Amino acid sequence: MTAGLSAAPPTPRPAVLPRLVTLSGWAVLVAVAVIVIAPGLVATHAPEATDLSATFQPPSAEHLFGTDELGRDVFSRVIYGTRLSLAVAVGATALGVAGGALIGLVAACAGRWVDAVLMRVVDVMLAFPELLLALLVVAVLGGGSMNVAVAIGIAAIPNYARLVRGQAVSVLRSEYVESARVLGVRPWRYLLWHVLPNVSGPVVVLASIGVGGAVIAGAGLSLLGLGARPPEVDWGSMVADGKELLGTAWWISVFPGLMIVIVVVTVTVLGRAWQAAAVR
Amino acid sequence: MIRWILRRLGAALLVMWGAATATFLAVQAVPGDVVDALLGPGTVATPELRAQVAADIGVDRPLAEQYLVRMGHLLIGDLGYSYRLGEPVSEVLAGQVAPTIELAVAALLLALTLAVLGAVLTAGRGRIAKAVATTIELVAVSVPAFWLGIVLLSVFSFRLRLFPVAGGSGVEGLVLPAVALAVPIAGVLAQVIRQELATADGRPFVLTARSRGLGETTVLLRHTLRHALLPVTTMSGFILGSLMSGAVLVENIFARPGLGRVLVDAVAARDLPVVTVLVLLSAVVFVAADTVVNVLHPIIDPRLGRGMAS
Repeated sequence: MTAGLSAAPPTPRPAVLPRLVTLSGWAVLVAVAVIVIAPGLVATHAPEATDLSATFQPPSAEHLFGTDELGRDVFSRVIYGTRLSLAVAVGATALGVAGGALIGLVAACAGRWVDAVLMRVVDVMLAFPELLLALLVVAVLGGGSMNVAVAIGIAAIPNYARLVRGQAVSVLRSEYVESARVLGVRPWRYLLWHVLPNVSGPVVVLASIGVGGAVIAGAGLSLLGLGARPPEVDWGSMVADGKELLGTAWWISVFPGLMIVIVVVTVTVLGRAWQAAAVR
Repeated sequence: MIRWILRRLGAALLVMWGAATATFLAVQAVPGDVVDALLGPGTVATPELRAQVAADIGVDRPLAEQYLVRMGHLLIGDLGYSYRLGEPVSEVLAGQVAPTIELAVAALLLALTLAVLGAVLTAGRGRIAKAVATTIELVAVSVPAFWLGIVLLSVFSFRLRLFPVAGGSGVEGLVLPAVALAVPIAGVLAQVIRQELATADGRPFVLTARSRGLGETTVLLRHTLRHALLPVTTMSGFILGSLMSGAVLVENIFARPGLGRVLVDAVAARDLPVVTVLVLLSAVVFVAADTVVNVLHPIIDPRLGRGMAS
């Protein structure tokens, strides 16, 4: 949904605080990047190392997020699960942007009945709640992280298609594209030089907030047992594992979910900062 | 005006038809044989039995005919048969509708209450109140409903033992799931309402109300808030979508009966007839609500009615 986007408060408040918030957003992003590239640097234990003498340990200095029913270190598993969780979310968003850009650009350039047909298809896709559309795709393709990413990506396409088409139509009507056309510039050239750069700004803003939504959706599908399969771990599957053990060990489910919240808050803050910068 | 309404209804029907077609195509896209799926894994069936089953459900006929038959059946409310259970889909769903609607309505009312309260309490206050409100809203929109459910369960059910751990009948079992489902939605709504309250502050109608000597609270509640609630009606699509998506996960966390649970079981078993009916149902509800809001909007907000003579 684009709700987060439209709800962003555009009040220009030239203060230190917003800049500080954006800065800490970047800091979290860098930290997450380090975790994704080299989880071994951050993790304190091997993610699969079991220790049956230390099961269900509450959070401590030794085990920051405690241990699970097999004595595995929850912190290290959360760290190692980051890569898959984000790969699914970023992959899904990339698919949504690529598919949406293709549909939006074709609709805007072709116009007439092609535009009408494509936009009615987009209307139909938008009628399905995103998670339910993703569930339908998973039911067709089967489970697994890859299919979950594809499903979330397909469900995200209509939002980007609408955005890209709207932007592209207004650029194509502009005087500089008109003059390029009159001068005999070939369509692919003004598409590449004029339309694409003008479309990409809003798409980047929507996509950065969209990654947050995709993290939540991916974790949701994994939680339902449709995503990561052991020995794969991601945050959603960890929440699912701990769900049954909530009475004895709350930390197994709660900490992976906390990572989701941190990542989503971060991309939302940065997305809004870019949006505010674009408006100014 | 009438023509405008008819056009909207036509567009809505077109989208619903498109959604029904999409779900038909989804069933066709699944690799493997429908007859095998219906007979269940590991069943060794004679060719005669297979032919019998194929004829019974109509898959031996041309695709175009199957499509027309399916659309006709949907129109008269015949939803088909579940692969997994062998029962009519309508029977699989019966009895599961009520718990889901209960949860969705409770969460909706709670989300609206929280959003309005939050926005009204912080409206027109200083920078600090605004910063706090913005932060709470940001966290609220970023928290997945299912994780909030986990946290609520471990605090209020397992620690404090205030609410049942799973299922639970009546209001007691409804409180935590409804809160988990409501908070992310309330966060988004509060952002919108608060922003609208802020923009309404300088408008002439607020000035007029103030100049009549009305107190700030009266102006807020009687005039500004009414103005600020208008955009909420246009967000009904987002709200419904969030309720339906969230309910699937929240029902799972709280082990509640309901359509979400039926859907998840059906997706895991790749029981396409059940999945497609539920997904189609969500689209139909979405389009119907969107259309009603669109038609009612010019009545609620007369300013919108002017450009709509045709």
